[in-house]
Amino acid sequence: MNGKEHVVGKSVKRVDAFEKVTGRAKYTDDLCDKSAYVAKILHSTIAHGTVKSVDTKEAESIPGVVKVVTCFDVPKYYFPTAGHPWSTEPAHQDVADRLLLTDKVRFYGDDVAAVVAENDVAAAQALRAINVEYEELPFVLDVQEAMKEDAPLIHENYPGNILNHTTIRNGNYEEAKKEPGLIKVEGWYDTPTVQHCHIENFICYAYMEQGRIVVVSSTQIPHICRRIVGQALGIPWGDVRVIKPYIGGGFGNKQDILYEPLCAYLSTVVGGRLVKLDNSREETFASTRVRHAIRTHIISYVRPDGSFAARKIECFSDQGAYASHGHGIAAKGMGAFPQLYPCSNVEGDAYTVFTNKSVAGAMRGYGIPQAMFAGESHIDDVAKALGISPYEFRWKYLMPKGYADGFSKNVNYFDTFHQCMEKGKAHIDYDRKVKEYANQTGDVRKGIGVAAFWYNTGVWPISLETSSCRMVLNQDGSIQVQVAETEIGQGADTVFAQMAAETLGIAFEKVHVMTVQDTDITPFGTGAYASRQTYMAGFSIKQTASLLKSHILDTAQDLTRHTKESLDIIDGKIIREGDKEILMSLADLAEEKLYSLTNNGHLTAESTYQAKTNAYSFGCTFAEVEVDILACRAVLKKIVNVHDCGKLINPQLAEAQVHGGMSMGIGYGMSEKLLFDEKTGKPLNDNLLDYKLSTFMDHPELEGDFVENYEPTSAYGTKSLGEPPVCSVAPAIRNAVLQATGVAIDEIPLTPHVLFCRFKEEGLI
Amino acid sequence: MYDMKALYEATSVPHAVQLLQEHPQAQIIAGGSDVLIQMREGKRAGVELVSIYGLEELRGVTMEEDGTIRIGSLTSFSHITKDPVIQKYINVLGEAVDMVGGPQIRNIGTIGGNTCNGVTSADSASTLFAWDAVIEITGPEGIRRIPIQEFYIKAGKVDLKPAEMQTGILLPKKSYEGYFGHYIKYAMREAMDIATLGCSVNVKLSKDKRHLEDVRIAYGVAGPIPLRAEHAEAEGRGLEISEAVLERVGNKVLEDITPRDSWRASKAFREHIAKVLCRRALKEAILLAGGVIHE
Repeated sequence: MNGKEHVVGKSVKRVDAFEKVTGRAKYTDDLCDKSAYVAKILHSTIAHGTVKSVDTKEAESIPGVVKVVTCFDVPKYYFPTAGHPWSTEPAHQDVADRLLLTDKVRFYGDDVAAVVAENDVAAAQALRAINVEYEELPFVLDVQEAMKEDAPLIHENYPGNILNHTTIRNGNYEEAKKEPGLIKVEGWYDTPTVQHCHIENFICYAYMEQGRIVVVSSTQIPHICRRIVGQALGIPWGDVRVIKPYIGGGFGNKQDILYEPLCAYLSTVVGGRLVKLDNSREETFASTRVRHAIRTHIISYVRPDGSFAARKIECFSDQGAYASHGHGIAAKGMGAFPQLYPCSNVEGDAYTVFTNKSVAGAMRGYGIPQAMFAGESHIDDVAKALGISPYEFRWKYLMPKGYADGFSKNVNYFDTFHQCMEKGKAHIDYDRKVKEYANQTGDVRKGIGVAAFWYNTGVWPISLETSSCRMVLNQDGSIQVQVAETEIGQGADTVFAQMAAETLGIAFEKVHVMTVQDTDITPFGTGAYASRQTYMAGFSIKQTASLLKSHILDTAQDLTRHTKESLDIIDGKIIREGDKEILMSLADLAEEKLYSLTNNGHLTAESTYQAKTNAYSFGCTFAEVEVDILACRAVLKKIVNVHDCGKLINPQLAEAQVHGGMSMGIGYGMSEKLLFDEKTGKPLNDNLLDYKLSTFMDHPELEGDFVENYEPTSAYGTKSLGEPPVCSVAPAIRNAVLQATGVAIDEIPLTPHVLFCRFKEEGLI
Repeated sequence: MYDMKALYEATSVPHAVQLLQEHPQAQIIAGGSDVLIQMREGKRAGVELVSIYGLEELRGVTMEEDGTIRIGSLTSFSHITKDPVIQKYINVLGEAVDMVGGPQIRNIGTIGGNTCNGVTSADSASTLFAWDAVIEITGPEGIRRIPIQEFYIKAGKVDLKPAEMQTGILLPKKSYEGYFGHYIKYAMREAMDIATLGCSVNVKLSKDKRHLEDVRIAYGVAGPIPLRAEHAEAEGRGLEISEAVLERVGNKVLEDITPRDSWRASKAFREHIAKVLCRRALKEAILLAGGVIHE
């Protein structure tokens, strides 16, 4: 036997591939017993006001209706919903501003009452029969309008509707901009409210067992869910058990606690009976979470050679009606600004502001797609003002190798941006196309654009980063692995199995990752968010596998009489390192240990790793468009993303992740926007027909490429890839349209409506 | 689970008419791709349904003795697209209905349902308008036939009297013989979308292929119901083909269409696109007819 076969770095099949392709994989609704009561929520039909009364009489008399609960019935435990790790310091805790149901309505779609019925039809009939009397208040939908003195106040304790305002003051912007010979470039950039549109709408069910509440939920964050259900119901957290089966996508929406507390409460009011709460697509759009729309104002003072003398950024982030993840999004976006193109004099202000709209929470990219649209569009505007190629500008001024961020301690260890840009440039034949597409006339014009992105991996040092892992050896030498980092479709279970197999020295097929997390059983951890799964779980998997290996080799020493230090596990066999002699199989060892009449034992390991590092993860997008000027339509013809996410654990899964993110970026840049009626605040297009999620037919072939610089802080050399692929897509498309037409469009999505207005303004049509 | 009171399944057209007479509040359901959505939204809670989906006699495309093309009202979009008679004489209709929704909807959705729904955005409707289709309606009094322009009364309302049902769509020989047409669906997505504007144009050229002997232009979503652009048609009729004529006819459509401002699209945008689509569809139709467009 010659050394190890590496499973890390191989495109092994997903551990759940067959389950999912054959339809055998069980999701929440598949698991729910058919005897379940059905819960439905009555959402407000006004954007702002108070509930004066709720008449439930008629609803209660409908056959099949079990219980009607109103905002006046529920306990008043205010709870936070953001899926952040809890902080034991009150100042760092999330804002607790939600109730199970509310008599103070803050957006169209707020939760006023709920019905429990024996079936869907009775529940729907009951909702229609409930009569709510409101006292309406003026409402505000625009973030800057909401900041005005005379704007309606949405939360009493937040004057000006400002949830939070943070600043950056580096150097001296006011002085630096006085330097003679500077060119001023200024822009306002708008990004839309969009929704995650995971295939599986939010769903959960709850029941009581031995005095405790069990919630089965389509969530990314089971342990956080346990805490928040406890907080919302005012019960000890240990009285809540949360189970997370396979989930049909989350993208951050399910990194918030949505209706698990309400469903749990409804079970308690019907004697602990099984109650299912299954959101419709319309509810998912209007009443779960959306991405923050952010309006960004950037001013750059640039020297003629392109170097920045002074820069200013203002971000106005639309929080919607409740705090949820709050200011974290705008703050993260603004935080990238002074890092991506380092400049000594930067002034920044980020505001997160309440409006009477759907609540904004976490969504893939967490503020960076917004920030990259503004920042990378602005870079093209700067390059255009200076007459420099946008590629060359980035080549010269993007964060250099060796850059270190004082706060996160992140270091740009490699020449990542140059490597990614060169790869992308060659891939798409950039130089030739830039020349070919210059100075076009005619109705149909082509263009090519580029944009870079900044990202990191986890949430340290802002929040706790921890991962715990448990491994148990079976009689046949296979193992179970449990972590609290959740499989949400991204392939986490597969790469966890690869990492465990790699460190333990056993075959990939011998690792069984327990995909269903159960807070009663799974080690504590915070779940799937940021782009932390592979990086963070990697630490605890490596540590725990090493621990288990040590226990196994202790046993091997007993059984083989060779010193532990001379032994190793390779391909599921105990070998003597010196001559690679196979002494016994791991299966034999396990069987002996578990059934030994003299030295019996259960081989298991469990450990926690608290990460106090984070890692930069960079890359870029190149996009090529064809613009039909008369038809006001931009068509994406080609797109490539290049990422440095460190070592690829599973190249095929990594590429799939890139494709998914690019697809989301295409919709963000070209077609998706949740609209609200100016007159009522009602969401107008809360369905998949009117909300233009892009289809397969709207995508060119999606191409992903990688630069693999081994991340030195990481257990397996890897870093984030979950969110990064969405970050630079929209500005690359916008910059391609700019090259094609000469028209800078500073709002996304680049729909025909927007193109029509801009082309008219510019005299193209 | 749908909130319905009863479902009656018709076994023949007369039986369907009888069921509709017996249950005057009942809604006809065929493929269900519109009705079930309305029921899901709670709009027809507690409805009685008369299903005609099993009526095989209403399925398929046939050529009648006098050359009339008959499309049974239950013919699915995908069957229309693949039908050899359609492909030979009025291929544009097959192309138009191939742009409805996605494959599943095109398999279940019927052309009768598409037109009886009375909506302006129906992908089949503008082409049927452009080709002077005739609607066949069967009811207690027997069969009557009316031009499709008269079938549409207002948004969401078609000329179906109590216990009547649409049984066929007819294309007389004089409507299609010598004509060539093109349909452009302008939507925000390449699939699974509803038209922001639809434009169907067909032409009949003079023998020498230099003149527009006839031009027929129809729109969806340019008004509350599908419509014919009569001024623009008159403008083009008889003219010698040229780029300038395309422009001239296209500009004239503003006298015919009445799009509105809505959150889906502005009036100004729809008017602009209407001109562009007319020009482009007219051009394609001329090329299909063997014409040449001179500068």
